Amino acid sequence: MKLTVASSPHIRGNFRTSRIMLDVVLALMPALLVGIVMQGWRAAVITLLCMSTAVVTEWAYGLVTRSRNTTKDCSCLVTGLLLAMTLPVSVPYWLAVLGSVFAILVVKCLCGGLGQNVFNPALAARALMLLIYPVGMTRYVQSGVDAVSSATPLHHMVMPTLPEESLWDMLLGNCPGSIGEISALALILGGVYLVIRRVISPRIPLSYLGTVAVLTLVFSKTGNPIQWMLYSLLSGGVMLGAIFMATDYATSPATPKGQLIYGVGCGALTVVFRYFGLFPEGVTYAILLMNGLVWFIDRHTPLRRFGTKKGGVRA
Amino acid sequence: MKHLFFGGIHPKYQKEMSTAVTEFIRLDPDILVIPMVQHIGAPCTPLVQVGDRVLWGQKIGDGEGLCVPVHASASGKVIAVEPRPHIRGTDILSVVIENDHQYTPVKITPPDASDEDAVLAAIREAGIVGMGGAAFPGNVKALSALGKVDTLIANACECEPYITADDSLLRSDPRQVLEGMSVLMKILKPREGVLAVEDNKQEAIRGLEKLLPEYPGIRLAVLPTRYPQGAEKQLIQSVTGRQVAPGQLPVSTGCAVFNVSTFAAIYRAVRLGLPLTRRLVTVSGEAIAKPQNFIVPLGTSFHDLIQVAGGLHDRTERVISGGPMMGVAQKDLSVPVIKATNCVLCLLKDENGAAENPVCLRCGKCCGVCPMHLQPLYMYRFTNAGKVSELDRLHIMDCMECGCCAFTCPGKLPLVEVFRKGKQLWKEAQPK
Repeated sequence: MKLTVASSPHIRGNFRTSRIMLDVVLALMPALLVGIVMQGWRAAVITLLCMSTAVVTEWAYGLVTRSRNTTKDCSCLVTGLLLAMTLPVSVPYWLAVLGSVFAILVVKCLCGGLGQNVFNPALAARALMLLIYPVGMTRYVQSGVDAVSSATPLHHMVMPTLPEESLWDMLLGNCPGSIGEISALALILGGVYLVIRRVISPRIPLSYLGTVAVLTLVFSKTGNPIQWMLYSLLSGGVMLGAIFMATDYATSPATPKGQLIYGVGCGALTVVFRYFGLFPEGVTYAILLMNGLVWFIDRHTPLRRFGTKKGGVRA
Repeated sequence: MKHLFFGGIHPKYQKEMSTAVTEFIRLDPDILVIPMVQHIGAPCTPLVQVGDRVLWGQKIGDGEGLCVPVHASASGKVIAVEPRPHIRGTDILSVVIENDHQYTPVKITPPDASDEDAVLAAIREAGIVGMGGAAFPGNVKALSALGKVDTLIANACECEPYITADDSLLRSDPRQVLEGMSVLMKILKPREGVLAVEDNKQEAIRGLEKLLPEYPGIRLAVLPTRYPQGAEKQLIQSVTGRQVAPGQLPVSTGCAVFNVSTFAAIYRAVRLGLPLTRRLVTVSGEAIAKPQNFIVPLGTSFHDLIQVAGGLHDRTERVISGGPMMGVAQKDLSVPVIKATNCVLCLLKDENGAAENPVCLRCGKCCGVCPMHLQPLYMYRFTNAGKVSELDRLHIMDCMECGCCAFTCPGKLPLVEVFRKGKQLWKEAQPK
């Protein structure tokens, strides 16, 4: 009998990269479903297009560079899906394909692949698409059967006025916006699932949303700060960003304290960009900016060394 | 619980596999291989020659310095004194005894245990080492704790999955453990003795609760079941809230920790004069036919033990000395059971095992489970990059190789293996 001599530990948990990725895909399904129901079949087509382009790009990269086929870890599915979630349903097909290729090829693979990229691939791609074809990226359609182009709640809030939609509408997704961002409730549902499955810790989403809540409450632009705060939390990409984008493993801190700092930073920058930025939305750039600080944050937020107090004295 | 340690994991415990059979089979092998190294420190020098007749309990090896003697675990004839395979992976000088199955004992007189020196001498002469796995000479540890501890802790956490040797001891013979604690409490004079046990050992806890009124000064601490609850530093933290400072010995916190099997051995040594010649060993795992606990003479080969436990499954992948988290995989089953061998674990292939291409996702789960507050993902990265200054900044030498990070890692990185390399790099870079 041939016995294996290998390093301890000799047993491992049942966590697996592909399982985590498929959990994220599953957690996004409620939001996608709302997107398809409210915005029509094109939302499904865009999503499938982004996901399949992402998979094909990653597979082709492995083929061309004669490296391993990494599509099995399913992370490219998540990237494609997340990108689609951030797109308006009327986005041109060619732009969606271009964005997916850019996300996988440039932002992920060329930066070293899974776990090595500095910037969130989906958000970096979205930022590029916004740059090269702003018109196609900012035309939103009104939900409902007779879809017409209209202003999103965020456009109203720049004025600043409160949107026409009720808070209830925005919770359920009965408002214009990107495919995956319109229903806060569906996104929260997915977030709760990810926390229960221990895929993400609630540290980043809660510190992110908490910061946005506090800042918009204190610096309210209308007479009713609580209403303003709730609209700020439910409009635009804050929910999608806080729950699904800012929690991307590769581009967020690994230390518990670092995750809190990162969440607060994302939240603060989101509000700053929304209040003073060129675009109504600030989530994309807030998270991308914080992405660049992740290594710095991790380096300066280790847990207190075991057996020491602050200043290095024994506990 | 007031003082939970940070991190830790909840693996499948699989303890019930080996606790179904409550009668211990006493092994009686034909050949015993007694290595001269069964402890941390200087090896013993054999005191017998080929052809000598030895008695059960006779001292057959001893040495100077940090060293405790070894004894014949059966009576019989010495048939070889030569290097033999050892669980450490190298051949180590051993005395090989042909068992005459008579167990004719050497003349035993209970030692005079009137003062500290006499007790420590009795512990040394009985060859007692830490039986939870570390195998540090018991008398040296007790000596270093003299006058310095306010808490004496008996470690019965047995937090590694599968192992039930300490649990079995507590269920069958709890009095020996409590008597052993009393022996050390007399000389160490701590404020209290604490018998620490995880809450998954309810039967042992019930038995101890019945006996404890007879032992004032000793209390039971029932701790939550969480690996690595039984690691010395984490246990001290759980019981007292104190943390052992980097580079310091546990005794610096005013605590001395001994395994419960060690306490039982101390009782037998000091009160009865019996040397350490056998121990309880768990044989368990999915790859063994009849998992259970055995009373095993030291020097019994893994092979003999496995045969008595019904033999190995055809698809056995690993045989491990110790537990699944920190044990050492063996390639040669002729290695003998030694003083610190608490388990022979036989495993099939782990379907959650290593990936072909381990990739770090940066998920940070490793940072959340490390009970030493480390950042395993960065230690892994910088070891592979050979950056010793970064490894120093990350305190890689604080790592105790408990394996929580590797267990949790979804990318299946060989973290512990790489950290051993990283520690080596760190050591080589230190000024001589």
